[in-house]
Amino acid sequence: MSAQANADKRYVMAIDLRRCVGCQTCTAACKNANATPPGVQWRRVLDIETGEFPEVQRTFMPVGCMHCANPPCMHVCPTTATKLRADGLVTIDYDICIGCANCVMACPYDARSIQHIAKYAYGTPMKSEEARFEPERLGVATKCTFCKDRIDLAAKTGQTPGVDPEVTPACVNSCISDAMHFGDINDPNSNVSKMLGRTEHFRMHEELGTDPSIYYILDGDEA
Amino acid sequence: MSDNKILDRIVPRQQREWDIKGALNFILGGAGSGLLVASPFAAMLGADPRPFVALGMALVAGGLFSVWLKIGRPWRAFHVVRRPSTSWMTREALIAPFLFGAGALGVLTGAPLFVLIAALMGALYAYAQGRILKANIGISAWRRWSCVALIVVTAVVEGVGIVAFCAPFWPSLAPLGFLLAALIVARYIAWTNYLADLRRTGAPKGTLEAFDVFAPRFLILGHAAAIVFALIGAIGMYPTALALGGAFAAVAGALFKYTLVCRAAFTQGFALPRTPARGRSKPGPGLQPGWQPPQAS
Repeated sequence: MSAQANADKRYVMAIDLRRCVGCQTCTAACKNANATPPGVQWRRVLDIETGEFPEVQRTFMPVGCMHCANPPCMHVCPTTATKLRADGLVTIDYDICIGCANCVMACPYDARSIQHIAKYAYGTPMKSEEARFEPERLGVATKCTFCKDRIDLAAKTGQTPGVDPEVTPACVNSCISDAMHFGDINDPNSNVSKMLGRTEHFRMHEELGTDPSIYYILDGDEA
Repeated sequence: MSDNKILDRIVPRQQREWDIKGALNFILGGAGSGLLVASPFAAMLGADPRPFVALGMALVAGGLFSVWLKIGRPWRAFHVVRRPSTSWMTREALIAPFLFGAGALGVLTGAPLFVLIAALMGALYAYAQGRILKANIGISAWRRWSCVALIVVTAVVEGVGIVAFCAPFWPSLAPLGFLLAALIVARYIAWTNYLADLRRTGAPKGTLEAFDVFAPRFLILGHAAAIVFALIGAIGMYPTALALGGAFAAVAGALFKYTLVCRAAFTQGFALPRTPARGRSKPGPGLQPGWQPPQAS
């Protein structure tokens, strides 16, 4: 219902690669917000080293589910567990998914995981892990949700994802260098629309026709 | 780059979700569906097609059972039929009842019509398996029409190979050696076309390395030796030679599919069109680590 209310929207993320410092705070924030088990990271930051000494460069690139507008994971999903919402979020229904891993193979972004057995940081569960353990996530595909509960909350409260922290994905809120931004690209006045309008950017593996919703900024006006 | 550290996943990595149990769906399912396709040819040469139809169904069932053991939530496997509009896995699952129905009627009645319908379902089943792989665009080795063609041809070669393997029991099957040899040539063409396609479009280095290791054995045992034995069996009416040719052809097909699913299936990895200018640095060239760029034609 919330997604229907957002039918005219398409939520995207814009990540300024010039600003990302590879601190992995978004990774930690995601783990905290979503209680993902050890070995599963819905948001992670790749550390890419290029060049040869002394001309060496490091680039940090946060990656995760790209919430594609043409999601190959959804097309191959035999169960309809993976769906594309009207507001652009790609979701997984854990009650329907059979854990066949077809979507894992279809995703060109290595964004999906299947945890077949419960894993804990220190072998046996800590109280916090016990409290937040979600058995329905075992044996099924999981991935970044763009913190969809927060997006759904925005439809109720009238707040704006990407502007109001309560309705913005945890990774974006946590970014210490203001590299990550979130918003509605169908709104020409949104933060991300304005930012993408004045910067040079690309989307990962666009040539595969997935129409991903994460934009990586390489150059242009930072103001 | 380590496969174990999720943060290091920049370069393509070998997929681990579909292990041998996942691969067996393609190995057994492909051979079984190919055997159903081959059964009418066996009947034309005077052999009783019913054992072949029964074995074909058993192999397909074995493949499905194997993948059922693999999935995370096996007791809700019936959900697999919910997306016929786009999912080839759903379509494969929907073809299966017709395949088993026609096959069972063929075995029970021996009526050629049911054997033919089972053969048609077998062909559709093999095609669906090829399309399952092609739809998985995260795996460069799979997402191409040349892979679909190779999967289908391999299934038929395996099926005819298994029939040929039974030639000692039905000496009248000897002429099948000519068909087997022709199909092996077709598989060779599909294989070389597939490899050329991979190199033309670019592929993960791991994919190409896996096939480089596999190719000599595949060509020598699965093609050259298999053709020689098949032709000796057909021309000289030596059922044992034909059986050997069939065995080589079928086993090579199974090993190819194991390699395709478990060894050569690498993820896409990540790429940058160029590196960003950070601070006082200048933008650097683009990169796609772990990737063999497309070859100029």
